[in-house]
Amino acid sequence: MNILEIKNVNKRFGGLQALGNVNLNVAENTVHAIIGPNGAGKSTLLNVLVGKLIPDTGSVMFDGQSVLGRKPYEINQMGISRVFQTPEIFDDLSVQENMLIPCFAKRDGAFAMNGYNSVGSQQDVMDKAEEMLVEMKLADKRHMHAASMSRGDKRRLEIAMCLAQDPRLLLLDEPTAGMARADTNNTIDLLKQIKEERDITIAIIEHDMHVVFSLAERITVLAQGTPLVEDTPDNIKGHPKVREAYLGESQVAA
Amino acid sequence: MLGLNKKDLGVLLLVALLALAAPILLNPFPADSGMAQFNAGYPDLMQRFVIFGIFAIGYNILFGLTGYLSFGHAAFLGVGSYSAVWMMKLLSMNVIPAIVLSVIVAGLFSVVIGYVSLRRSGIYFSILTLAFAQMSFNLAYSVLTPITNGETGLQISLSDPRVLDGANAPSYPNLFGAQMNSAATLELGSWSFTFSVGYYLCAFLMLVAFYISIRIFRSPFGLMLRAVKSNQQRMNYTGLNTKPYTLAAFVISGMYAGLAGGLLASMDPLAGAERMQWTASGEVVLMTILGGAGTLLGPVLGAGFIKYFENIFSKINDNVLHGWFSFMPDGLEDFIVTIIHPFVGKGWHLTLGLLFMLVVIFLPGGLVEGGQRIGRMFRRKKSDPNTPDGETTPAE
Repeated sequence: MNILEIKNVNKRFGGLQALGNVNLNVAENTVHAIIGPNGAGKSTLLNVLVGKLIPDTGSVMFDGQSVLGRKPYEINQMGISRVFQTPEIFDDLSVQENMLIPCFAKRDGAFAMNGYNSVGSQQDVMDKAEEMLVEMKLADKRHMHAASMSRGDKRRLEIAMCLAQDPRLLLLDEPTAGMARADTNNTIDLLKQIKEERDITIAIIEHDMHVVFSLAERITVLAQGTPLVEDTPDNIKGHPKVREAYLGESQVAA
Repeated sequence: MLGLNKKDLGVLLLVALLALAAPILLNPFPADSGMAQFNAGYPDLMQRFVIFGIFAIGYNILFGLTGYLSFGHAAFLGVGSYSAVWMMKLLSMNVIPAIVLSVIVAGLFSVVIGYVSLRRSGIYFSILTLAFAQMSFNLAYSVLTPITNGETGLQISLSDPRVLDGANAPSYPNLFGAQMNSAATLELGSWSFTFSVGYYLCAFLMLVAFYISIRIFRSPFGLMLRAVKSNQQRMNYTGLNTKPYTLAAFVISGMYAGLAGGLLASMDPLAGAERMQWTASGEVVLMTILGGAGTLLGPVLGAGFIKYFENIFSKINDNVLHGWFSFMPDGLEDFIVTIIHPFVGKGWHLTLGLLFMLVVIFLPGGLVEGGQRIGRMFRRKKSDPNTPDGETTPAE
């Protein structure tokens, strides 16, 4: 069954056709990677999925419901969480407070005037946040200022915050961009572990082929705003059109 | 107790004690001594301390937690004052309906201004609030003269209807008969302490306001407001709608400002448009930053500090200065007085400005940070010479 169905999506920025007739299905409980050279429209597509951009035509259905015209927070409440290229966390708050916020958002919804009882007295949310901190191996950093953590830990915290909401679809935008090799491998292991332990669909946009081929079960190659091929990693590796449009070019560039 | 943890309860009790004993603590100098001009323990000034404390506590909920810098909060103060005076004219000289209405009207007013201004953030938000406040000021000054009595200011008069008051009800703002300006004086040797009804009413409401602000700071709602300041993008992608959070914070701080305005009018039953002017809006920003934005105690300290300067430093004129330095040779005395002259009396703003610059540059966390640094210094000194229990000294 497909959890995400993108049909005939078009998006123009002035004279530039950023997305041209994109048709793409993501099956439930799979890891689906979207790759493509710079300017292929990967980020535009992602921004359409989370409600930051509205496409000119086409439809985007998540679990049978349209996401178009909804605000980012509404789409998130439907069950889509997004991890950013540079970790977006609450830098000024402690790690524990960072973890509490999605737990409150999950329990109380988009807005709650919960202004009287203290945070510490809400045991259910405190327990949930603690559970996530332990699971993601951040428990010993709980009183640390989030801004002072390493890049890898910030990424781990951001993923933990997304998972605390029990999303059905996790979108990752180049999760290992700018990371050292060791941090990249840790992130790959973390994502593998998440996939094993949870019923979750992961859609990942990535430049790093090492990451893509370690994780993905399906790969869609995007070029100039249009999907070129969609197949399993093994078939993609040997596909002549892909080599020409993307892998060949990147090998030359590298 | 009261749903607070030990530390917060301690802070609340400390503030309560200081507020209760303020008439004594602020009058440390004998009434007939040369230092008596530094005494701040007279009702009018103490009322200002706590009323502007309320104003700053409320402003801190918006600026300290969400980071939205409003430059128009004096509008709510003014609206509160006008509503309170109208209540006293129409209904009763009892201050309770006046204060209640001032909070409600300021709340409604801030819903409208907040709804429009919060469509933008950063500098644009500040400019929008400033524009609204200046519009309110000019309206009150000119077009709305039938309601605000324009330049003269709104006052009470004997011909007011006051439908709830009986024939022999007091003609001055009161709380069930206890007039706001009535006071008891305690003479102890050459010291003289004044305990006034008005001050204790304001102090009580300030404590209530402070208590509510502690609860908001420690609640999930307060956590969300801090999240707004930290990263709105992440909030939106965590399923949280930031708009109602910022609007709620704006309206709460507007209601605090309305309460402060209502109290100002209750202590002295008149309301003028100048209360809404942009300098008044800027003053509350100064108070909050000087004391420490985002801290519990900061705004109260900042308000007290600025009001003390405004009222005490401005009283030091050349005669006083000559009195102080009369022990010096004539030429030197004149020279010193000439140098100090621009910084005191009418020039007190200059001193305040310099102090503000020093605080912002060297103590970005305001006076509260200064206090914490001094506290840490003492703790270090104590724990250095082999006293292991030095660490148990409580913070703040």
